[in-house]
Amino acid sequence: MSAKSKDGNKMPDLQTKNVRNAGVDSAISSKLRSFYNGIAEESIPERFIELLEKLDAAERAAQATDGRKSDDK
Amino acid sequence: MTSDASRFKHDLLSLLPNLRAFAISLIGRTDRADDLVQDTVMKAWAHQQHFAPGTNMKAWLFTILRNEFYSQMRKRGREIQDRDGYFAANLATHPEQYGKLDMRDFRVALDKLPSDQREAVILVGASGFSYEETAEICGCAVGTVKSRVSRGRNRLAELLGVEHEGDYGPDARTAAVTKRAFAG
Repeated sequence: MSAKSKDGNKMPDLQTKNVRNAGVDSAISSKLRSFYNGIAEESIPERFIELLEKLDAAERAAQATDGRKSDDK
Repeated sequence: MTSDASRFKHDLLSLLPNLRAFAISLIGRTDRADDLVQDTVMKAWAHQQHFAPGTNMKAWLFTILRNEFYSQMRKRGREIQDRDGYFAANLATHPEQYGKLDMRDFRVALDKLPSDQREAVILVGASGFSYEETAEICGCAVGTVKSRVSRGRNRLAELLGVEHEGDYGPDARTAAVTKRAFAG
């Protein structure tokens, strides 16, 4: 707040600071994205494919049972 | 009849890579992060009737994962995170890749953030959520998210020495590696 450039004008300092912050922000953002995307681009572990198939199969089996029950009525 | 269910499964599958990336960002170890993703998938599946088709499934899944993460942490009564496991494993596989070393530095810095700042920085900066969506996922005010993101980014810049070295491009990577080489 109290920082002043040599000529006593605050504006140039503020501008420089904003430019620098924007540079730092974009540097951090791009590191963050490459870190995150590096993980997201890995192939999905087999366990999840198997898990979803099991959940799906269990649901279909339950539905089939329900279907038969309502047919009986 | 089953089209809603298969649509749900299809969408869930397509969001898994993103969900994993979030989990691994929160927890250092891939195996524990994957356990958390598995718990999340099972919860989401069991509650799929509560999900309104056409609404933001990604935000819904991230909310479940985040709640699960904190509730497991509370239950265990300690931090689940194991900081070094994931990167030790990565380093063992690709010791020669500068990119990996750079990411290892980033991981170490990310892990030094308080968890509320870490999740905010990831959700806004990497997962692609808006401040508003992030506020909903984290159950806090939008202003709180903004201040966490800002503090988190500043802290990361400090930890990674971005501000002082002043080079943000591919050179930053070289500088980090060089620095390490001399330090070692």
